Amino acid sequence: MIHLQAVGKVYRAGNRDIHALRDVNLSIAAGEIFGIVGHSGAGKSTLIRLLNRLESPSSGRIEIAGEDVTALDDAGLRRLRQRVGMIFQHFNLLGSRTVAQNVAMPLRIAGVRDKAKIAARVAELLDLVGLADQGDKYPSQLSGGQKQRVGIARALANEPKLLLCDEATSALDPQTTRSVLDLLLQINERLGLTIALITHEMDVVRAICDHVAVLDGGVIVEQGPVTEVFLHPKHATTRRFVQEAERLDADEEHDDFAHVGGRIVRLSFVGEQVYAPLLASVAREHGVDFSILFGRVERIKRTPCGQLTLALDGATGAVDAALEQLTARGVHVETLRDAAPAHEGGH
Amino acid sequence: MQALLEIIQAIDWAEIGTASLDTLIMLGASLLFTALAGLPLGVLLFLTGPRQLLRQPAVYGALSFAVNVLRSLPFIILLILMIPITVKITGTSLGVAGAIPPLVVATTPFFARLVETALREVDRGIVEAMLAAGASTRQVVLWALLPEALPGIIAAMTVTAITLVAYTAMSGVIGGGGLGDLAVRFGYQRFRTDVMVVTVMLLLILVQLLQMAGDRLVHHFSRK
Repeated sequence: MIHLQAVGKVYRAGNRDIHALRDVNLSIAAGEIFGIVGHSGAGKSTLIRLLNRLESPSSGRIEIAGEDVTALDDAGLRRLRQRVGMIFQHFNLLGSRTVAQNVAMPLRIAGVRDKAKIAARVAELLDLVGLADQGDKYPSQLSGGQKQRVGIARALANEPKLLLCDEATSALDPQTTRSVLDLLLQINERLGLTIALITHEMDVVRAICDHVAVLDGGVIVEQGPVTEVFLHPKHATTRRFVQEAERLDADEEHDDFAHVGGRIVRLSFVGEQVYAPLLASVAREHGVDFSILFGRVERIKRTPCGQLTLALDGATGAVDAALEQLTARGVHVETLRDAAPAHEGGH
Repeated sequence: MQALLEIIQAIDWAEIGTASLDTLIMLGASLLFTALAGLPLGVLLFLTGPRQLLRQPAVYGALSFAVNVLRSLPFIILLILMIPITVKITGTSLGVAGAIPPLVVATTPFFARLVETALREVDRGIVEAMLAAGASTRQVVLWALLPEALPGIIAAMTVTAITLVAYTAMSGVIGGGGLGDLAVRFGYQRFRTDVMVVTVMLLLILVQLLQMAGDRLVHHFSRK
């Protein structure tokens, strides 16, 4: 659906060049929800605006549905934008127009003149976002969550195949965020809509994204399937994001467990195996004792995931065999420390 | 009581009526032409300004300079400088008709600046949302910027109308007529304090009415 190749964006500030984005390569598949996460100033806002050319890249190639959008002229650009929906952190609704008039705006822009047709489509859209009876209100009479629903209805008016979300939930409280994310997930599945979103909250990524790219200082430092990035973050920035999202204490997670004996491993479970009594049965079979030092079980989008840090005690061969069996059953095993630290009491 | 009646009888009310009508005609016609010329000029100033939709530094610089020149010129000087042009437009440089062109030229740049400011107050996000939906510049201006800035533009009209009331008083210099002219010629030059008081009170009422009407309209069109 979307391909970015070696995309760069340079701003000129005074007589200095500021590289907002450097050598960005990413692909977004049709029908998926792709998250771009980064701190403010990481360049994510610029990146999402490149996708509908609200900003133009300084270098590289951007392709949407097989079309090179960097080559479009003004008219072509307007047609592209009519086929790409966008929602915003601060909703950006017209305060002087009713909810229905706001939702109708993209239709008018696209040249729809038939009043009855517009009214029918607006009613359908408001129904979709759960605001069927709010069409005559003004945006100032709505709550933040309702405003964003109007924003979503407006963005979907021209039946786009792609929806861009610019920090769409950052101005909302956690409960409202959840309901707006559920709505996005629902339209993604029901309408087969591809969604590209930017956020500074890993929680948003965990709740609805399939793939994620982590942006830091204008560079994509890591990207992959969300479960993979959550369970095995490689880059320091990604690790910090995951820790924040999981409310993990970095000290606790990276404790060297000097006071604990045995081999220390981290097991990652994905999918239904989370609920299988795998660990206990394997431990029993090989005569290995384990103690749980640290653990979390959660859902990433709809996939259950678990990660446990264990101290294993038993004969060397038995521990190896147990770990091998776990690996064979699809559990990801990392050894954090091979054997007990060389400390004996009383030195 | 008797004294008050005598004062009222001493005033030439027909003259005051004519002067009031002249003021209203000058005000109405000038306000109309100022709006017709100033609104597009204000939109153009806004659009060509730094970081705005059309970003034309040269055009913006030239327009901005022209506006500043006209605004820095004292109205009384403009009134005299305009005489040849006024004659070309209206056929006379005298009376109500002769006063309208200089009034329009004096207030249009002022109004245009206020319109520019009102448009700048519109949230940039709204413009961005319109562009993201594929709107052309014309659609952004007509369907988003002007409706969103409407309360600000009405407030600008109100301020402009009140400024016009003050300017019409000066048009007496070219025989413009109106309440201000009456106040100067009778009230000041002929020591008719009674006429002075009446005309000033009428001007005060006019200004009050304009302000109240403007405020009501602003309130009506505000959705915040």
